Amino acid sequence: MTQTILPTIHRETTTPIPAPISSDGPKIAITNFSAYYGSFLAISNVNVTIEPKQVTAFIGPSGCGKTTLLRSINRLHEVTPGARTEGSVRLGATDLYDPRVDVAAVRARIGMVFQRPNPFPTMSIRDNVLAGPRLQGRRLSRSEADDLVESSLRAAGLWEDAKDRLRAAGAGLSGGQQQRLCIARAVANSPDVILMDEPCSSLDPISTATIEAMIVDLARNYTVIIVTHNMQQALRVSRRTAFFSTDGASRPGRLVEYGDTMQVFNAPREEATARYVGGHFG
Amino acid sequence: MSTITQVSLRRRLTSSTAVVLMGIAVAAALVPLISLLWTVISRGVRRFDLAFVTQSMRGIVGAGGGASHAIAGSLLITGAATLMCVPLGVLAAVYMTEYGRGLPVRVITFLVDVMTGIPSIVVGLFAYAVASLFFGPGIRSGLVASGALVLLMLPVVIRSSEEMLRMVPLDLREASYALGAPRWRTIASVVLPTALPGITSGALLGVARIVGETAPLLLVAGFTDSMNGNLLDGRMATLPVFIYSQWQNQGADASAYSNRAWTAALVLVLFVLALNIAAKAAIRLTQRHKGQS
Repeated sequence: MTQTILPTIHRETTTPIPAPISSDGPKIAITNFSAYYGSFLAISNVNVTIEPKQVTAFIGPSGCGKTTLLRSINRLHEVTPGARTEGSVRLGATDLYDPRVDVAAVRARIGMVFQRPNPFPTMSIRDNVLAGPRLQGRRLSRSEADDLVESSLRAAGLWEDAKDRLRAAGAGLSGGQQQRLCIARAVANSPDVILMDEPCSSLDPISTATIEAMIVDLARNYTVIIVTHNMQQALRVSRRTAFFSTDGASRPGRLVEYGDTMQVFNAPREEATARYVGGHFG
Repeated sequence: MSTITQVSLRRRLTSSTAVVLMGIAVAAALVPLISLLWTVISRGVRRFDLAFVTQSMRGIVGAGGGASHAIAGSLLITGAATLMCVPLGVLAAVYMTEYGRGLPVRVITFLVDVMTGIPSIVVGLFAYAVASLFFGPGIRSGLVASGALVLLMLPVVIRSSEEMLRMVPLDLREASYALGAPRWRTIASVVLPTALPGITSGALLGVARIVGETAPLLLVAGFTDSMNGNLLDGRMATLPVFIYSQWQNQGADASAYSNRAWTAALVLVLFVLALNIAAKAAIRLTQRHKGQS
């Protein structure tokens, strides 16, 4: 007899997640996907379809391959020496792993925010925001650049704090502001998808709350996938949750359960999920 | 009954002996250095005047004259060497850190280490031999001397640039890739600018390393009493060779020659000092970047 362990937190205690403006946009279809580091299989045979313009959370214990999977979606996994993948990831009709696909174009459409804020230290706040288009070799007129800087910083909730010091070093901001700058930098590329790899793990609770509110907001215009160790965070920001697990440190990670966040947390289908979201391991 | 705060007599003796020994070692290292600086400054100031930096030795016998031709020669030869060496060295370091993998990089690293140890006179002979193949024996040219100095400076620039490029956090490269930047633009627009202060300081230390070189310059640039502004043709005086020739070929008024040698030495030391201060400032810039990232 399976014992059901109820989670201690409920959606009712947090702000409701607004409905997307429109749910059109490309889905991400991950099919029979495995990722390796050399001969080590980090995550095995994942099948997931990620809905557009909402937040999907990847949760699970350390070493379950959730970050590896996230980094595979914008093909950043392969930057690590010896890393390789099997299976396919599609964005809409495009197979991102098609040999004819330009990897730089994939990354331009799928932005990423990292665990540690990483603004470019040699660039001002303004130049950090404009880094995406510039690094792709696009030329912007002065007014285009001004508009892009303002709209991106507004989307990241940094405009009021930064508008008077756009020429100052991006690295001079606080940790939370730096992370918002990195979000603005990702937004400035006008991507279809924004990947977030534990974006709040190096931030204090107040900055975390600010970023979480922004994530919910961003999902009105972008597909957001967030990796998090923090189950309350998944519950607060995401509509759908994928739970990953592993049977041991040297064993491959696998997808255990994927569904609506409420269902995964309140009525998990798998016992492993129930144990994890109930705080009994991991 | 002993308490834990009590330090035994033996411990205290050992400790003070060690402190005294280290103090002696520091003094032994500092005394010659201070003495050297004092000698160079006290003897160098005697001719440290306007004429020294504005006049050459053309037609001068005995007192008077100056080392303007040698200063200009040193600046020209070192400057040309720097212009050739820095792009080459930085590109080699970029290859080693960003593109190369495995055996080729290990081979280059080994060769660069070997190059560090090659005696400068050997490099001078090599440059002379190569230049004679093209321009015939007896070639004397500032540019060939620059070529020899490039070989001496190259390992310094490659190794320091390599180290600085490796210090650029992986985070920043990944941030750039994640924005859709191709690899070459990531290197050109993110990695190199981040490492620039460190690369600059390495290059300045490389310049400091070669500006005092004498042997290869003696072989391929030779010596002259006159100003020669043409790197491509003819003998060109440099400060180290000027010092050597003033000291070696003292005329009837020996002190005039030795004073000029000391003043040239002072100018050289000041130049190296300025380069070191500039390098330190550049490193401080790097650390500020690191601290903020």
